[in-house]
Amino acid sequence: MTTFLDALTWIADPANWGGAQGISARLLQHLAVTLVAVLAASALAIPLGILIGHTRRGRGVVVALAGAVRAIPTLGLLTLLALLLGVGVEAPLLALVALAVPSVLAGAYAGIESAEPAAVDAARAMGMSELQIVRNVELPLGAGVLVGGLRAATLQVVATATLAAYTSDTGLGRYLFIGLKARDYPQMLAGAILVAVLALLLDRLLATAQDRASRLAHSTEGTP
Amino acid sequence: MGIEFRNVGKTYRDGTVAVADFSHVVASHRIAALVGSSGSGKTTLLRMVNRMIDPSNGTVLIDDEDIQGLDKVRLRRRIGYVPQAGGLLPHRTVVDNVATVPVLNGTSRATARGNALDLLTLVGLDASLASRYPAQLSGGQQQRVAVARALAADPNILLMDEPFGAVDPIVRRELQDQLLRVQAELGKTIVIVTHDVDEAFRLADDVVVLRTGGVVAQSGTPQSILASPADAFVRDFVGADRPERTLTTTEVDGQRLVVDADGRPVGILR
Repeated sequence: MTTFLDALTWIADPANWGGAQGISARLLQHLAVTLVAVLAASALAIPLGILIGHTRRGRGVVVALAGAVRAIPTLGLLTLLALLLGVGVEAPLLALVALAVPSVLAGAYAGIESAEPAAVDAARAMGMSELQIVRNVELPLGAGVLVGGLRAATLQVVATATLAAYTSDTGLGRYLFIGLKARDYPQMLAGAILVAVLALLLDRLLATAQDRASRLAHSTEGTP
Repeated sequence: MGIEFRNVGKTYRDGTVAVADFSHVVASHRIAALVGSSGSGKTTLLRMVNRMIDPSNGTVLIDDEDIQGLDKVRLRRRIGYVPQAGGLLPHRTVVDNVATVPVLNGTSRATARGNALDLLTLVGLDASLASRYPAQLSGGQQQRVAVARALAADPNILLMDEPFGAVDPIVRRELQDQLLRVQAELGKTIVIVTHDVDEAFRLADDVVVLRTGGVVAQSGTPQSILASPADAFVRDFVGADRPERTLTTTEVDGQRLVVDADGRPVGILR
């Protein structure tokens, strides 16, 4: 209990917030690492997921691959990448992208596939091109599920981004590594609390986004 | 002229023969009904006209032009399509659903919406429903919207796949009447697929009765089919021997009453 209080005191101490090693700077770094990892994973996985969901082809192969990637322990992958790429933020970023891809991919293809088949068929029969079907029908109808995938991925990445501090001086994970080395448990716990709070905030934000996106598909409530 | 099926067949990769060898001409500005039970290939034939399905052999011609050589998307935009149920875009309002194809064709949204409102009136819907979403409408209203949407780009051809199959009999009757009124006004070439002989007889100028695999059992006007069914299959399918089709007259209170084979009154003979 005292450790917990000490941790809160540590967080509340304005002296710990400023400067290049301060909480503000590390929070921003942590957020930036998370954002870059999720965006990179999205750039890769969303188009692929849309392709699989729309054509209903290659799903077996890609799901198996994504499952295999999921099974790789991130810390192990990170160590391997760090040995290859050296010290810096590149290795943890790559490991985080690998962590995020399966969730984003699953959200994307499941979202596209969730579009009502009758509506998709009618859209095609009316003369929408395949691209127009994706844009005008499948994406709006699947947006909620797709954002759900992003939400899951973000949550995993923001928690795991602490590992960025394993090979570089980046993010809130630094407090955990420093604290562990110096046996400064309040500082360690403070780092963990900050990560948890950040994760919860991001999750709330994305839950709202998911809600909005889902409403694209179910425009039934409200006054007509 | 019109739509010509010339020896078309459809065999799927697993060897299933949906349609063996079908030839028929649908005359312009008329309503043709393809009628048969499931497995008769009627929907397959319908979907060949807008190339939702390409035949494995044979050709489909529209106004003497082989549609195999045409761009699918452009072909479909000049053919109206009414699916069985649903098929409206659930995330778009009624008016935007109707305006879909004109907007795809480059008509401005405002113009397309204006025309869509006129079409809603044409199919018997109140303009106040325009801003609703499909899920807020009854099944019958949704099918009216689907008909309005199919007419929006003013196509010459209208394809209807069991369009009134999912609504109750009273609403179905209203929708059929509405379609006949619209047809009297617009004179489209309509192909309608149904398993309901009564619907085919009520709507179509020309009925094609199909056996399994798209084999034509008989084609002709409803009158000719009912008057002289080609064989036992057609006779049974159109229910020529059903009590409600075997009418006699009887005299009650000085009126000549038409009754069916069960003795139930159907109408008065004038």
